[in-house]
Amino acid sequence: MSDYIIKNGFVFDPLTGIKGDKKDIGIKDGKIVEASEVKGGKTIDASGKTVMAGGVDIHTHCVGPKVNVGRLMRPEDKLFRSRTKVGNTRVEMGFSVPSTFATGYAYARMGYSFLNEAAMPPLHAPHVHEEIRDTPIVDIAAMPVMGNNWFQLEYLKNRELENNAAYTAWLLNATKGFGIKCVNPGGTEAWGWGMNCTTIHDPVPYFDITPAEIVKGQMETNELLGLPHCLHVHPNNLGNPGNYTTTLDTLKLAEGIKPNNKFGRDVVLHNTHLQFHSYDGTTWADFESGSKKVMDYVNAHDNISFDVGFVTLDETTTMTADGPFEFHLNRLNNLKWANTDVELETAAGIVPYVYDKNIKVCDIQWAIGLELALLAKDHMRCHLTTDHPNAGPFTRYPRVIKWLMSKKARDDLLHSFKWSEKVIAATQLESMDRELSLYEIAQMTRAGPAKCMGISNMYGSLKEGTNANIAIYDINPEKMPKDPELIEKAFSETAYTFKDGVMVVENGVVIATTPKYTVWTDVKVKENAIVERDIHEKFAKYYSVGLENYKVFDEHMHNPRAIEVDATN
Amino acid sequence: MPKVIKNVGCPYCGACCDDVEVTVSDDGKRVLEVKNVCAIGTQIFMHGGDHDGRIKLPRMRQPDGTMKDVSFKEAIDFTAKTLLKAKKPLMYGFGSTNCEGHAAAARVMERAGGCLDNCASICHGSSFLAIFDNGYPSCTLGEVKNRADVIVYWGSNPAHAHPRHMSRYAIFPRGFFTGKGHKSRTVIVIDPRFTDTGRVADYYLQVRQGHDYELFDAFRMVCHGHADDIPDVVANIPKETILEVAEVMKNARFCNFFYGMGLCHSDGRNHNIDIAISLTRDLNEFTKCTIMAMRGHYNITGPGAVWSWQFGFPYCLDLTKKTMVHMNPGETSSVDLAMRDEIDAFINIGTDAGAHFPIPAVQHLKKHPFITIDPSRNMASEISDLHVPVKICGVDDGGIVYRMDNVPIQYRKVVDAPAGVPSDEEFLDAVYERMVELEGEGFI
Repeated sequence: MSDYIIKNGFVFDPLTGIKGDKKDIGIKDGKIVEASEVKGGKTIDASGKTVMAGGVDIHTHCVGPKVNVGRLMRPEDKLFRSRTKVGNTRVEMGFSVPSTFATGYAYARMGYSFLNEAAMPPLHAPHVHEEIRDTPIVDIAAMPVMGNNWFQLEYLKNRELENNAAYTAWLLNATKGFGIKCVNPGGTEAWGWGMNCTTIHDPVPYFDITPAEIVKGQMETNELLGLPHCLHVHPNNLGNPGNYTTTLDTLKLAEGIKPNNKFGRDVVLHNTHLQFHSYDGTTWADFESGSKKVMDYVNAHDNISFDVGFVTLDETTTMTADGPFEFHLNRLNNLKWANTDVELETAAGIVPYVYDKNIKVCDIQWAIGLELALLAKDHMRCHLTTDHPNAGPFTRYPRVIKWLMSKKARDDLLHSFKWSEKVIAATQLESMDRELSLYEIAQMTRAGPAKCMGISNMYGSLKEGTNANIAIYDINPEKMPKDPELIEKAFSETAYTFKDGVMVVENGVVIATTPKYTVWTDVKVKENAIVERDIHEKFAKYYSVGLENYKVFDEHMHNPRAIEVDATN
Repeated sequence: MPKVIKNVGCPYCGACCDDVEVTVSDDGKRVLEVKNVCAIGTQIFMHGGDHDGRIKLPRMRQPDGTMKDVSFKEAIDFTAKTLLKAKKPLMYGFGSTNCEGHAAAARVMERAGGCLDNCASICHGSSFLAIFDNGYPSCTLGEVKNRADVIVYWGSNPAHAHPRHMSRYAIFPRGFFTGKGHKSRTVIVIDPRFTDTGRVADYYLQVRQGHDYELFDAFRMVCHGHADDIPDVVANIPKETILEVAEVMKNARFCNFFYGMGLCHSDGRNHNIDIAISLTRDLNEFTKCTIMAMRGHYNITGPGAVWSWQFGFPYCLDLTKKTMVHMNPGETSSVDLAMRDEIDAFINIGTDAGAHFPIPAVQHLKKHPFITIDPSRNMASEISDLHVPVKICGVDDGGIVYRMDNVPIQYRKVVDAPAGVPSDEEFLDAVYERMVELEGEGFI
């Protein structure tokens, strides 16, 4: 492995507080070191360029069963949009739901090094790990979906937090998962009967617990265990006009809950793809932005974070464990619909969707995403995602960055809409002059997500001793381009990407791959005979797979990198 | 002491029973006894391990037509050279191997620039066509077990083809919300033949052969409020029966359609599946309804999954461009390629194209190098230029397989394969390495 010195770049590293200073970065044995420690390494001239840590994606659907159903059911997603293979890489296919190879390479070209797969159905964990094996370059963690799990619905209904924690620890171990994900808490279980929970107080059929009790209980469980990441919630009532009230109700559940972990995480609740949850109005006719009402609350409460889920105005493939939402969406657009209900655990739906810029609602959704990020006061708690591929493919992050950094870019687009006047009336984007800085972009795309997930000692920073994951972008902060397109171009393809000290991308071309890791959380808890008995009982009676075959075999884990948590006290 | 291994997955059908108990001999080379397996699964386990009946070396066809044992090294070299020399090689099969093998095969064929296809091509491929157009509202088998109170088997006969399907998942098990087992469920069987599955039905509808589409259409008319317009008899079924059964479906708490080749390979093919999916969608206006293909082999779902994540297409892949992939069933499907004599080297793996393909297709394929990779003798192996024996997944090799509901099941190795016999993955990886080596040496 070669050593490197990256010389004269403008460094943006929020976790160490570096705001665009010229600084040399050393790479030695795959780690970041003081530049003076590198003797005889290769020199990379980064003058006039921007240097950041490798990107960290806190919420992306990049691997797993529903992603794969999306690939399978949409051959048209491959037409005309796939890159031609270059060099000694694997073939890259697909646009909104790219193949695993395309996913890994595309993230690397954008300077990313860590992805958090946002929804792993526990029963399908071996599938997720198979896809992780086939996704090159980037390290991946996957969150098991737990908001509708029968064990947890029962424990939380009875307020048996210790049992819930012991089961959660067992499940993370069995699936080699990373953290607790709740999707439409209670609503997805209701979908087992074709029903839903659209407020946080709707009782879940049979289980007779409310989404509020689930979210609160899971948050407490998370802090009882002291997991690296906080509870990661996709709240109820996604995508409906007027849903900002449900969102606020959900966020308020975090009041009074304090973070408990040794990973430097400050928040207890992460609301994912907040854009889909910040809608005002009562119908699609009077649909309008609720971003200000939501952001007033978020800005005032520092124990919550969110990622945006920017709408990118593309044809894409929506997919979520929110089964009833996908059914509802399918009834709106009447395109093809796939669904997979997963026994005792969760569900998933997949529907292709066209965010058409000639449709008012789509444009308002686009504006709401940008408003959230522009209204945010602390970008360490506001993360850049497109809820890939739901609001748009992750390959559009550079375009989102362009819109965030350039008022001209977003105004040009806003005024080009067929219904621009109506869109302007329903949103406040036009009145917003703010343009985010490169430092804020670094907070949104690496430092913030890494801190929120409790992995900032390994990812998202250029601190000495961390893994040498580095992105060098061809953009000069002292001479920011007048043409916003050049911003998008710079973030689309790095000048160089380093992964664990290996140069994997040069001038936007993937030139090497490197061993990549599966990050998971290994939680030790006290023995719990009740939970063990419950696990044996449910597997004996209700699962269609044997307990011993449910747990991911070690041989199916790809380069595991465990985060140890001791919760035995 | 013989050893008992529990929680073993069965390498027979798409039901992927994973509760098999296998007793193996002291030396770990023979299966002595199996429990919780159907008659067919039992035979597969008994064939595994190291015994006299097992083929242990590759067999190469000689100029005089006889087969001669050769080393694995020779077999690897022959396969690699065959692939490199061919303009449009085809590798087909994969129903009976693990996903590790599917991934290795994909890497080989991407490098070779050939076509890659699986048994779905002649089986549930028509289902894929319908899924491409209409989606796939489905669920896992445990959902059926725990919730479904109306079960429809349409054009499928699990009593013979998936022997434990009804008892493990669909009709007899006592699930969480189906505590009375069989008594909690209404079973509807729709089939032109009165099968053994039909015997357990509460409603048996003897649809007129080749007229399934019309019957689906009639059910859809009921869902859409046009019951009055249904003719007196549709596809052999009286109107009153149609109305009664439609009410059963609409009033279900959870209804699931299991369909098989009787639907996807009778007149209408993908259109039958398309309308079945549409009926499933319609019924979700009234209740919860899902649909599931009765996939045949234990891991025929696997290649569709692996190649979807690697290339975005489940079957009929054309990688001849080497830089991108096409799929166009009819053009890039194995039988069609073979019938047009476009294939100049054929590898049959984990299936028996010799038995399953039309004779003219096999005759065309046989004009060119023909290789079989399979643990056993079959019709394809006996006409091959090279037959490479490999481990039997689920018996002497582990690995991941996908059940008919796309749930991954981790299979176990229970006995040792004969020394030196590779798994599909090991053999294909060696072929890949040899291809790289040959290309480096300037071969072709």
